[in-house]
Amino acid sequence: MGAVAQPKLDALAARVSGLAQPSGGKWATEARGAALARLEAMGLPGPRDEYWRFTRPQSLNAPDPEPASLFDHGGETPVFDAVDRLKIVFTDGVFDAEASDPLELTGVEIERLAEVAKADIHWARDVYGVLEERGQTPVERPFAALNTAFAGDGVVIRVTGKAARPINLIYRHENEISDAILHHVVKLEAGADLTLLENGPAAARFNKCIEVEVADGAAFHHVRTQGRDHERQAVTHLFARLGRESTFKSFTLTVNGRLTRNEAVVEFTGDDAVAHIAGAAMGDAAKCEFHHDDTVFVTHDAVNCESRQVFKKVLRNGAVGAFQGKILVKPGAQKTDGYQKSQSLLLDEDSTFLAKPELEIYADDVACSHGSTSGAIDEEGLFYLRSRGVPETEATDLLVLAFLADAIAEIEDEAIADDITGRLDAWLKRRRG
Amino acid sequence: MLKINNLHVKLEEEDKQILKGVDLEVPAGKVHAIMGPNGSGKSTLSYVLSGRDGYEVTQGGATLGGEDLLDMEPEERAAAGLFLAFQYPVEIPGVGNMTFLRTALNAQRKARGEEEMSAADFLKLIREKAKTLKIDADMLKRPVNMGFSGGEKKRNEILQMALLEPKMCILDETDSGLDVDAMKLVSEGVNALRSEGRSFLVITHYQRLLDHIQPDVVHIMAAGRIVKTGGPDLALEVENNGYADILAEIA
Repeated sequence: MGAVAQPKLDALAARVSGLAQPSGGKWATEARGAALARLEAMGLPGPRDEYWRFTRPQSLNAPDPEPASLFDHGGETPVFDAVDRLKIVFTDGVFDAEASDPLELTGVEIERLAEVAKADIHWARDVYGVLEERGQTPVERPFAALNTAFAGDGVVIRVTGKAARPINLIYRHENEISDAILHHVVKLEAGADLTLLENGPAAARFNKCIEVEVADGAAFHHVRTQGRDHERQAVTHLFARLGRESTFKSFTLTVNGRLTRNEAVVEFTGDDAVAHIAGAAMGDAAKCEFHHDDTVFVTHDAVNCESRQVFKKVLRNGAVGAFQGKILVKPGAQKTDGYQKSQSLLLDEDSTFLAKPELEIYADDVACSHGSTSGAIDEEGLFYLRSRGVPETEATDLLVLAFLADAIAEIEDEAIADDITGRLDAWLKRRRG
Repeated sequence: MLKINNLHVKLEEEDKQILKGVDLEVPAGKVHAIMGPNGSGKSTLSYVLSGRDGYEVTQGGATLGGEDLLDMEPEERAAAGLFLAFQYPVEIPGVGNMTFLRTALNAQRKARGEEEMSAADFLKLIREKAKTLKIDADMLKRPVNMGFSGGEKKRNEILQMALLEPKMCILDETDSGLDVDAMKLVSEGVNALRSEGRSFLVITHYQRLLDHIQPDVVHIMAAGRIVKTGGPDLALEVENNGYADILAEIA
């Protein structure tokens, strides 16, 4: 490793000057210390870093967050309210016991990171910071290391059977200058099954990391919506390691947000596993900037695994979308089926989509493909709809929803998928007035 | 119902005059046919009337029920009662046919100041209309025109027409791509909609379709104008002798 550029180290020193590593027991102190050492060996991102060319890291690097005003939901029912689930609430990045359900669920052990970190030894040691560290090669992810080093709160979930209900992590944002760091660990034992829901903006600036260990034959379903506060900023990481015949499905909806960087790092270590990672983003930069970046890295290091990436972005009034997706097929990972699709719908000439699809393949019996497109609304379809009496703005919105449909279709639970489509429809309708 | 007066149209992007003074009037309850060779401007006429981009009206105009048609947005024309059955119905991936039909119907009702139709009433209505056109539940569920055969697409156009109940229907080469059975089915659908208050303008190359949808008046269009107008016999004349005789006659 070469010397780290001084500005990156200066940025790091400034960023962490106001942060303190939480005190804890032996394992947590070691994990946090190791993460800080990793972080100091890389510094914070600079504009010349290969994976930070599309997204400017300055506001994430800054010691203090830019304030973000609170979004007025106008009495709308929170997403996932219709789902029978266990609620765990964080307000501005702090566990909110009063608003949360008791952390009890059949088939699942749920603990707070703040508690388990005090123990001298805990199973979480085998996952916390471990998957994050694996995910630092070959691409550095400084904000994930920073998260591991400094996160004091989060949940630690061990799933031993089929979870009786989904777990819903709810991130409330009530303070306009909050700067939250949360770290969750999920361990699914062999054959276990969990649906994890996440919603809410969390803070003015949010750094979140989830590490998911999916053992043989286990299934992890993940659906999140990132909150509609226009000015909020978020950098999130989702690290997953997949065992034999396991299933991993993750979908993210992002509507609004000055800056969002969602990284997903998925590694197949057991044969015959399946991972789908999808995202639908809708941004309008008329009132506030919208910059959304999906950075995905899928490593196939096992035989006959299927990975699928489906990312869709609708951009208008100068909104910016970025996609950096990589499929790495290691030697011997035969029969890999890797697929990657990233598409943007640009509703005007001011909006931008930046894409960097990558395939790196060291096995000869694989099927990998990627498709990245960027286009305007289909004029033929628009005219057809209008000729049937549908006003232009409504017809456009119908085509917007149609464009996002195959990303939303990646949500396995139909009721949740329908709810999300319904909300998008309602938001678009409200926008039309 | 529909009045076209000395309509001149050129392409917006290039200096090419397509329509060079079209005069035409379709009274309420009547079926008029326009026949003509390729490139005579028949499809352009249908597009200009329905409000498609890419054309510039340089002279003349068109009214529907006395209202200036060319001044309206495409959706306003639809709400005013105009319907174009497309020669090539557009495929719209991701939009379910049912959603499309219901959105269109309710948009028109809303534009006319009527109540939106409830989901249950709509379902009942669409099932009834679809049945007569032999459109099955699967076709209603699929995305608009996706994976439809040529005949299915045209039947879907007629279904929209039956649902939206327009005053003025323009059929642009609805017979293209249809086999005999499909043509019969589509024609029956159109004939069922014929009424005193509804007019049709049937654009076609061939007399065949006019055996099934019998016109009151037949116009021959050539080089951007209506060059001859007559009764149903005129279509037979074209069928027997081609356009050459008629074009020679007026030259």
